[in-house]
Amino acid sequence: MSAILDVRALTMRFGGLTAVKQVSFSAGAGEITAVIGPNGAGKTTLFNCITGFYRPSEGEILLHRAPGESIALQTLAGHRIAQAGVARTFQNIRLFAGMTALENLLVAQHNRLMASTGFGIGAVLGLSGYLKAERLAVERARHWLEATDLLARADDPAGALPYGQQRRLEIARAMCTEPTLLCLDEPAAGLNPRESEELSELLRVILAQGTSILLIEHDMGVVMSISDRVVVLDHGVLIADGSPAAVRADPKVIAAYLGEGDEDEAA
Amino acid sequence: MSLPAALKDAAIATAVAFGLFFMLVGLRTEAGPTGALVLRQRWGDVALLCAMVFVGRLIITLWHARRTAREPAATNRWEGTLRLLSRWFAPVLLGVAVALPWIPGIGRAELDLGILVLTYVMLGWGLNIVVGLAGLLDLGYVAFYAVGAYSYALLAQYFGLSFWVCLPLAGILAAFWGVLLGFPVLRLRGDYLAIVTLAFGEIIRVVIVNWASFTGGPNGISGIPRPSFFGLPFSMEGGPGTFAGTFGLEPSPSHRVIFLYYLIFALAMLTNWVTIRLRRQPLGRAWEALREDEIACRALGINVTTTKLSAFAIGAMFGGFAGAFFATRQAFISPESFTFIESAIILAIVVLGGLGSQIGVAVAAIVMIGGFELFRQFEEWRMLVFGAAMVVIMVVKPRGLVGTRTPTIALGEKRAISKDLVAEGHG
Amino acid sequence: MVRDSRRGTGLAYALQQLINGISLGMIYGLIAVGYTMVYGIIGMINFAHGDIFMIGAFISLIVLVLLSAGGMMDGPAAILLVLLISIAITGLYGWAVERVAYRPLRGSFRLAPLISAIGISIVLQNYVQVAQGARVKPTETVISGGVELMREGSFVVQFSYVQMLIIALTLAVLAIFTVLVTKTPLGRAMRACEQDRKMAGLLGIDTDRTISLTFVIGAALAAVAGTMYLLRYGVIDFYIGFLAGVKAFTAAVLGGIGSLPGAVLGGLLIGLIETFWSAYFSVQYKDVAAFSILVLTLIFLPTGLLGRQEVEKV
Repeated sequence: MSAILDVRALTMRFGGLTAVKQVSFSAGAGEITAVIGPNGAGKTTLFNCITGFYRPSEGEILLHRAPGESIALQTLAGHRIAQAGVARTFQNIRLFAGMTALENLLVAQHNRLMASTGFGIGAVLGLSGYLKAERLAVERARHWLEATDLLARADDPAGALPYGQQRRLEIARAMCTEPTLLCLDEPAAGLNPRESEELSELLRVILAQGTSILLIEHDMGVVMSISDRVVVLDHGVLIADGSPAAVRADPKVIAAYLGEGDEDEAA
Repeated sequence: MSLPAALKDAAIATAVAFGLFFMLVGLRTEAGPTGALVLRQRWGDVALLCAMVFVGRLIITLWHARRTAREPAATNRWEGTLRLLSRWFAPVLLGVAVALPWIPGIGRAELDLGILVLTYVMLGWGLNIVVGLAGLLDLGYVAFYAVGAYSYALLAQYFGLSFWVCLPLAGILAAFWGVLLGFPVLRLRGDYLAIVTLAFGEIIRVVIVNWASFTGGPNGISGIPRPSFFGLPFSMEGGPGTFAGTFGLEPSPSHRVIFLYYLIFALAMLTNWVTIRLRRQPLGRAWEALREDEIACRALGINVTTTKLSAFAIGAMFGGFAGAFFATRQAFISPESFTFIESAIILAIVVLGGLGSQIGVAVAAIVMIGGFELFRQFEEWRMLVFGAAMVVIMVVKPRGLVGTRTPTIALGEKRAISKDLVAEGHG
Repeated sequence: MVRDSRRGTGLAYALQQLINGISLGMIYGLIAVGYTMVYGIIGMINFAHGDIFMIGAFISLIVLVLLSAGGMMDGPAAILLVLLISIAITGLYGWAVERVAYRPLRGSFRLAPLISAIGISIVLQNYVQVAQGARVKPTETVISGGVELMREGSFVVQFSYVQMLIIALTLAVLAIFTVLVTKTPLGRAMRACEQDRKMAGLLGIDTDRTISLTFVIGAALAAVAGTMYLLRYGVIDFYIGFLAGVKAFTAAVLGGIGSLPGAVLGGLLIGLIETFWSAYFSVQYKDVAAFSILVLTLIFLPTGLLGRQEVEKV
C-alpha cells in the first residue's frame, strides 16, 4: 500500500493549549482512512491543519499526488491546498445556500474555468474557449449530481434542500474539484441508517473513481463497515492505528471511549 | 387590535413625541437683540407634530391589524400580477430611457434630471458589484468617483488630453486605488469593513481639500474641458468643423446636453452589460459564492484575496468612469461633491435595490434621486425627508425592492430563489 | 498651516496640552461607551450615536438659555438642572430611535440596520437644523476661571474649573455606570444578552427591555458629554455630532469594541493624540489623524487594546 498522505509529528498549539501532539500516521492511496476519538480529542484540529485552515506549530504533512510528486502542505495557504488536490466538507454544512445545486458545483470548478476565460476579458467579449469549458464543467457537475442522486434538484437552491441531500451535495461539490484526497468532517452526522448506508455506497463509488478518502466520524457503524484503516486520537495524542477490527479490540481505545472507571473496579 | 387599545398605544406615542419635540421644536434659539440667544416659542408647531404622530400611529396600528387578518390568497394574487408586470418592466424602462430626449414636453431641466439619475444608476451598478454581488460593505465608494473626476480634470489641465483619452485612464486610476484601498481591508468583516472604507473615503476627501497646490483645495478645479462629439466641438458658432456645421443643424445648447445624456446612458449600459456577463462567468460566480460563504470558497481552491480585490477594482473602475463623466458634464469640481453622504446615498440605492439585482438598483436610483430632485422647492426639509425615507424603506423592506435572486445557469428552467436563502455578505 | 504664535516647546506648554487632552478625552470616552455598549449587546454600530450627543448639547443649550432668561444661572444647582433635563430628554431620543429604526430590523442582516442608522443620523442632523436654525449657537461662559498651575515666561498653564468639572463628573458618572453594570440585575441582564441573546431570552430575561435600556443609558452618557462640550467650548452647531461621533467610535475601536474600560481608555488616547497633534503639528489635518488611527487600528489591531481575541470556528 502506498501512502497518499503522510502526517509526521504534527503538533498544534493554541496559546497554552496543545490540541494535537506529535501525531504521525499515513493514509493509504485508494483507501478510506477514518480518524476517530472522543469529543475534544483534536480530530477537527488535525483536519483543519491538513486542509489548511490552521498552520501547524510543528510537523509535516506530505501529499503524494503522483509517484515522485510530493507536496508539503503545512506551509501552504488554504486555497492552495485545495488546488493541490485536497478537498473537504464541513461539520456544519457550508453550501452556498442562495445558489442552486448546479451553481454550487460550477463554483467548485472555478480555477479550471477561470483559466479558460482569457484573463476574464476574453470571455466577457465572447472570445476564448470559455463556452466549451463551461459545457464540460456542466457535464462534470451532472455526473456528480447523478452519482449523489441529486440530478432532479439541480436547479433548486442549495439552502432549500433537506439535510441529507445537502450533505450529499457538499460531497458532490468537493468532488468537482477533482481532488486526490477527499477529507470529510463527520459526513454521517444527522443521517438515519438508510442515508448512512447510501453514504457508504457513495464513498465506495468515489474510491473506485480514484480518490482516496480521509474522514472524521462518530458513527461507528459507518466507520467499521467501510474504513480500510482507523486512526484513534485521544487528548491530542494518537493512541491506535490499524485495521478496524484491531482498533475495536484495542484496550487503550476502549478505555478512551468508556473512561478509566474499569481500572478502579478491577482494583 | 381593538380600537381602545390602538388609541391607548397612539396616546403613548404622542406622549413620547411631546417629550421629544417640546424643547427642540417648541423653544427655538435665535440671536436676540443683544447678540445673545433668546428663545422663541413655537407651541403651535409642537401641537401639530404631536397630532400628526397620534393620527399616523393610529393609522399604522390599524393597518397592521388589518393586514395580518387578511387572507394569504389575496397576497398571492398580488404577487402573481407583479411578476407578470416585471417581465415587461425592464424593457419598457429601457425604451423610455433611450427615447427620453425626443419625448415631447421634455426640456432641458428634465434632461438634466435624467442625466443625474443615470449617473446614480451607474454608480449604483458599480457599487452593486462590490456590495451586492461580492458582499463587501463599502461605505467609501465616493472616493473612486472623486479619483475619476479629479483624474480627468488634472490630466486635462496638465497634459491637455481629451475626454476620450482620459476616460479609460480615469477608470484605470480608480481601479488602481480600488486595489490599494482594498488590500489592507481584506481580513475585515462586516461593520468593520464598512467603517474603514468610510474612513478611507473621508481621508481622501480631506487630503483633496487641503492639498490645494495640486487639487485646487476647497475651491476645486474649474474650466474643465467639455466633451466633443468624437472630435467635433459643440460650438455655438456653427460652421465647418463643429458638430452643428457637420450635420447641417442649427447650433443649439441642447445638442451638448443630449449628447451628455446618451453618453452617461452608454456608460451606464456598459456597466450593466459587463456586470451581467461577469455574473455568468467564473469571476461573477466566485463573487456571489464569496458573499455566501468565504470559508467554503477557500476550501474549493478559490483565491479569496484576488477575488475580493477584483471586485473592488472593477467596481472602482466604473466609479472612476462616472467621475470623469461628472467632471466633464459640470466643467467644475470641488471636494463638496464627494462627501460621505454621497457614499451613503449610493449604498442606500444598492441596498434598496435588493439582492444584487440590476433592475432593482435602477428603480431605486430613479425613486430616490428623482424623488429628491422633485422636492427641490422644499429646501432644508428635503434632506430630512430623505433620511426619514431611508429609515422607512429599510424598516418596510429590509432586503430591498427585489426579493429574489435569479440563478445564472440551469439544467432546466431558471427559477427565482427567495431572499430568505440568499446571504447578505459580511465582507 | 496655521501656527499658534504662542506655541512653545517647553514643559508648561506640554502640560497644558496634557490637561486639555485629558478633558477632551473624557468627553470622547463618554460617547465611546455608548457605542461600545450597543455594539456589545446587539452587534450593531449605532451610526446615529454621535448625533444623539449633538442633541444632548442642544437640549443643554436650550435649558441654559431658559435659565439665563429666568435669571437663575448661578451655582451648581443650575448645572445640575441642565444635566438632568438633558439626560432625561436625550435618553428619550435614544429610546425612540431604537424603537423606531432599529428594533424592527433586529436580525442577522447587517445592511438594513446600517442604512437605517445612517438615515436616522441624517434625520437628526437636519431636524435640528430645521428646528433650531443652521447657524452656529454661541453661549456666554457659564463657568469661568480656573487654577493656575505653572508659569513659564509669558505662558500660563491653566487648569480651568470647567475642565475640572468635566473630569470629575465623567469619573463620577463612569463609577455609577460601572456599579450599574456589575452589581445590578439590569447589568447582569445586559451582560447575559451580550453573551447569548437567545439563551438570555429563554432564561426569562426581557431582552427587548434590556436592549432599550442599553440605548437609553448610552444616550444619557452622550447627554452628559454634550453638556460638558457646551460648557467647555461655548459654541455648538448641528454638525458636531458627525465628527465627535467618528472620533468616539475610533476611541471605542481602539480600546477594544465591547470593552467598557477600553472605551474610556480609547477616549483618553484619542483626546490626547488629537490635542498634541494640533499643538505640535497641524490643526488642519487633525481629523485625518483620527481617521488614520481608526484605519490603522482596524487593520493591525482589530480587537483593540483591551478587547477579546475572536477565533473563528471552522
